[in-house]
Amino acid sequence: MPDANATPDAAKILLRPPIIAAGHTPATVTDKISAVITDATPKWWYGGLGMSLSLLGIFAISVAWLLFKGVGVWGINNPVYWGFAIINFVWWIGIGHAGTLISAILMLLKQDWRNSINRFAEAMTIFAVACAGVFPLLHLGRVWRFYYLLPIPNTFELWPQFRSPLIWDVFAVTTYALVSILFWYVGLIPDLATLRDRTKNRAVASIYGILAAGWRGSTKHWHQYEVASMFLAGLATPLVVSVHTVVSFDFATGQLPGWHTTIFPPYFVAGAVFAGFAMVITLTIPLRHLFGLQDFITMRHMDNMAKVMLATGLIVVYGYAVELFIAWYSGSPYEQFMVINRMTGPYKFAWYALILCNFLAVQFLWSSKVRGSLVGLFIVSMFVNVGMWLERFVIVVTSLHRDFMPSSWGMYTGTIWDWGTYIGTIGLFLTLVFLFIRFLPMISIFEMRMIVPESAKLKKEH
Amino acid sequence: MARQAKLCGLLAEFEDPALVVEAIHRTREEGYSEFDTYSPYPIEEFADAQDVHHSRLPLIVLGGGITGALTGWALQFITSTQVYPMNIGGRPYNSWPAFIVVIFECTILFAAFAAVFGMLALNGLPRPHHPLFNVPGFKRASQDRYFLYIESGDPNFDAGRTRDFMSGLGASEVSNVED
Repeated sequence: MPDANATPDAAKILLRPPIIAAGHTPATVTDKISAVITDATPKWWYGGLGMSLSLLGIFAISVAWLLFKGVGVWGINNPVYWGFAIINFVWWIGIGHAGTLISAILMLLKQDWRNSINRFAEAMTIFAVACAGVFPLLHLGRVWRFYYLLPIPNTFELWPQFRSPLIWDVFAVTTYALVSILFWYVGLIPDLATLRDRTKNRAVASIYGILAAGWRGSTKHWHQYEVASMFLAGLATPLVVSVHTVVSFDFATGQLPGWHTTIFPPYFVAGAVFAGFAMVITLTIPLRHLFGLQDFITMRHMDNMAKVMLATGLIVVYGYAVELFIAWYSGSPYEQFMVINRMTGPYKFAWYALILCNFLAVQFLWSSKVRGSLVGLFIVSMFVNVGMWLERFVIVVTSLHRDFMPSSWGMYTGTIWDWGTYIGTIGLFLTLVFLFIRFLPMISIFEMRMIVPESAKLKKEH
Repeated sequence: MARQAKLCGLLAEFEDPALVVEAIHRTREEGYSEFDTYSPYPIEEFADAQDVHHSRLPLIVLGGGITGALTGWALQFITSTQVYPMNIGGRPYNSWPAFIVVIFECTILFAAFAAVFGMLALNGLPRPHHPLFNVPGFKRASQDRYFLYIESGDPNFDAGRTRDFMSGLGASEVSNVED
């Protein structure tokens, strides 16, 4: 809290929009956020859910056809064995990373402003990981044999190959999904208790009651609770870094030019956070408006998120630059050919579009006018959403389609079933988002109570 | 058959958290030990006043992490060298550097489970029923009110005297907690 001894720097901070609008108390915060759930369902929600369910229908049809015919319905071929499935897997899992960054890393850094967006971002993480998980499983071809990936005793006495990054991925993504769900649930417990105590309908109240596990808000309980939250944040922080690092190992441990580089782990992690913040911005801009939550998700949040996006975007661009530099500096003709092929080959449009989206479009975020404009931010974030998908397309497809021997070169395009599965997972994601915002508090109520001026005052007095 | 209601303690409701901090100090001076406070969000000052600082959770999490690391290592070591040795490009069966990732992930996974279930166990949750839930006003403990609960099990507890004491703390209401 800035005080009378404010330095010029602190005065500048005062000019920034607050993280919560003036005049709120624990009671008003509780009312406003739980009203989203306890009030009558708004009409647009049905429209939104209906639209999401129809996209989910596309997913069902695409997967049904895939299971009926086999992976041949996709565009994958020799030499491009990894098509949309892997592109989409990496894209989705990257989107999830912002959620963990917001909930864990910003918590350890005691960034109060995260309290308004962490719940939603964590939910986004879980839904994005669910969408991501679909792709490697479908890519197996015989998805019903997925348990071969798991280290479970079986009658064939087979065990996974633990030297393979693909099995590391299974462990990393499974751990990530489970820890994200745990973290999310622990954060929800006090809010589920609030809903239990506010819901008029007894049956619904008992569902929230069961989920709240008898939470009473005892000071002794809060103490253990906060210790547990700090541990989860401390554990999730290295975990989130490890997950995209392991995803990048899937590529980097291969010998293919364009994949076999040591810059991949940091560059993938930065790209993941970059993509994830873009998605958080894309989703919060309409939602805060529709639910009238501008008091809690203020322009300060938008500004901060835009800054994180700009910073991570620059790291990603640095990654691109290092790739180019190493191609030249290594003296390897295959690496050099890979770069020239990306820029001038048959997929050059994807590469230029990628530079436009991830490099040029993001530079607008240097301007505080763009960061302060919802329209501007929304446009930039959409560019990044597309750009990060293109980045994975460029990495997967342009590296694979022309490797060492011209005799084994080929071309790749996604078929209608590739697109159907991809758009279908967007449907799955949006369906989960719509159900979440209706039945669970999309802003952490108890953490908002912690940052209202009234509770800040208590801190000052003692 | 109606059950005889048993007095479990007294519950005082406060509107101002600063009063509760004061009340905790007074309650301790008065010699009560079986009491607790309730708030809609974690308040450090309450924990300080009640002297709630210790937690066994860190040890539980450490135990979970060590168990996870050993499990991850044993899983890979035993399957790769004993149960199902595979010669991959002449690399050693015990390729420990390649095992680090899975050991790391198992460490995090087990430690996170230990943190969550350890927290619930230390708090005695899940507990669907508690006498406090019989007090209608207690619903606001999860919203915007602060509560002090003195249990009847406290050696100093006396229904009349304790009620008078609690009323003098600035509480807006003092109710019986019955089960």
